[in-house]
Amino acid sequence: MARGRKPRLAVFKFASCDGCQLSLLDAEDELLAVCDLIEIAHFAEASSDLQPGPYDVALVEGSITTEEDAQRILKIRSNSRYLMTIGACATAGGIQALRQWGQIEEWVSRVYPSPEFIHTLATSTPIAAHVLVDFELHGCPVNHHQLVDVLVALAEGRRPRLPTHSVCLDCKRRGTVCHVVSRGIPCLGPVTQSGCGAICPAFDRGCYGCFGPSQPAQTVPLLSRFQALGHTTDRLVPLLRNFNAAAPAFQQAADELSELHGEPS
Amino acid sequence: MSTTDVIEVPILTRVEGEGGVTIRVRQNTIENVQLRIYEPPRLFEALLCGRALEDTPDITARICGICPVAYQMSSVHALEAALGIQTTPQIRRLRRLLYCGEWIESHALHIHLLHAPDFFGAASGIELAQRFPQEITRGLQLKKHGNRLLEALGGRAIHPINVAVGGFYRLPRREELAGLIPDFEWGLEAAIAATRWVASFPFPELTQPYEFVSLSHPDEYPFNEGEIVSSQGLRVPVTEFDRHFVEVHVAHSTALQAVRHEQRTPYFVGPLARINLNRGQLSQTVQRLADEVGMESECRNPFRSIIARALELVQVYEEALDILRGYHPSGPSRMPYQPAAGQACAATEAPRGLLFHDYQIDDAGKIRQARIIPPTSQNQRQIEGDLTTYLSRNLQAKASREELASDCERLVRTYDPCISCSTHFLRVRWEEIP
Repeated sequence: MARGRKPRLAVFKFASCDGCQLSLLDAEDELLAVCDLIEIAHFAEASSDLQPGPYDVALVEGSITTEEDAQRILKIRSNSRYLMTIGACATAGGIQALRQWGQIEEWVSRVYPSPEFIHTLATSTPIAAHVLVDFELHGCPVNHHQLVDVLVALAEGRRPRLPTHSVCLDCKRRGTVCHVVSRGIPCLGPVTQSGCGAICPAFDRGCYGCFGPSQPAQTVPLLSRFQALGHTTDRLVPLLRNFNAAAPAFQQAADELSELHGEPS
Repeated sequence: MSTTDVIEVPILTRVEGEGGVTIRVRQNTIENVQLRIYEPPRLFEALLCGRALEDTPDITARICGICPVAYQMSSVHALEAALGIQTTPQIRRLRRLLYCGEWIESHALHIHLLHAPDFFGAASGIELAQRFPQEITRGLQLKKHGNRLLEALGGRAIHPINVAVGGFYRLPRREELAGLIPDFEWGLEAAIAATRWVASFPFPELTQPYEFVSLSHPDEYPFNEGEIVSSQGLRVPVTEFDRHFVEVHVAHSTALQAVRHEQRTPYFVGPLARINLNRGQLSQTVQRLADEVGMESECRNPFRSIIARALELVQVYEEALDILRGYHPSGPSRMPYQPAAGQACAATEAPRGLLFHDYQIDDAGKIRQARIIPPTSQNQRQIEGDLTTYLSRNLQAKASREELASDCERLVRTYDPCISCSTHFLRVRWEEIP
């Protein structure tokens, strides 16, 4: 970052629930201190003082689902030195990416009595499908401690470092008994990116992959194991097709599973 | 002369989601006001179809990052009604406790960071913290305790993971909740102090002939159950929602607007409606505090909603403390059930007001149809009505365009609109028709 002045931060929203940008306001203990390190130049949810660019860091929440938004993200990119996506919608298309497995006209008319008023694309795509993204923060929602760590790293001019292991390892660290081994329930922990703190297994349920695929994500042996335990495709495909349905590793695994069983992908 | 004057003012800020307002002025009077919501549609009701009913609380939570618990609660109650599931008193209490956590987080955020800056000409809560450091720090602490409660019981604050159809995936251990008691004892006193602070703000004059609508329950302040009541004397079970309320689709919005069925008139949901319709169900502490700070028994000034929100903050801190103190885990964490075809609806009180869900399920336990009516869609028509009245009056009083635009934003903010919920990019746009 430029020396001698605070980096200028902007927050932008596309198709999303607001939860990831809310995570910044949820850093109650750090919020006022972060504002000493960083100048919040444009954050409509928190401030009426909306300053024009250029910005040092743009945080982008949400996916691209309209023509206007596909244009808007280009402007934001050209106005920002670094662009960081926050959350599953911006990094993988979000839950609304499920539309790619449906018929968009039918979906719109199912929700709106006057579908002609609605203009939306048949896809919900991640930001990286439209512009260069410098850094991605995963999660549905993101972890606010990770968000603050990344912002502090940027303010200090160093590259953010985040763990890349899977949720499975976090369970071992927490001492949570494995639900796949002990109860035979499906859990995406072995193929999901760390970051949530392995909370689902700690609350006696399997991980549903809201932080997206880990790298690598060995989905094939895991899904074979679940099938050997008696779990059927009609339960395993939706498990992969939720908040990160269009993340390549989950999309491929779910598509292969449904093709093997003669279902349309 | 027939020119059209269009003035752009900045997007509506300090609300959840994005939207705009278009104001048409003809011969120096307000002809028409439209709250424009062009949040990109995410089509939740369609993407739920064909999913296992168990996925519904996790998916509907993603409609809103500020009030996910509300979506989880309305969905599980509707699905349980469809399946004939009766939960235990313990599960019911824990659901109220989870809702307390969300009301605290949402109300403390709106009061301190989103709404209070308007009364002092500040751009943000962060800027207001320079003038009121103790009050804003206290507000952030109040908010934090709500989030810690959501984490202890729900697993995390945004999109909790512990809510299941039939109950919870796991009951919290006693010590997980008991550890919160000291913070909630502090929080109850801090919320009372915050109420006295906001009640001292300078409120603009505006009194409107609203029809207030909320749930109401004889024994408790409404969260998860009750009848639908209104200030015009309506009192009906939630199952009769469609007979009395209807959604209409207008071209300027990706959200549907709800109105009263017969009259086609707007109505008002949220903290002000709840407090007006359920004053007797407030705790003694809150009733005394409401009297002390001069909250009218039927307050019709939307700017005073911040006092209603603060009084509710005290109410839920007190209730949460009561549940936390009495908590001893026992019984099942969730009720077993067999999938069966059915249809049912339910409504609960989200921080912003009544949230209605309606589902049809098939005999394999998959969602066939879903319908969700969020509080902001219900308030949208009323917000437009308020803007017309308020801006007309201020225009007569020779307010400048800039002042009017800022009045407009302030008035919209009193409703704590959640535009992500109702579906977004709000610009105030002026169109003058001479």
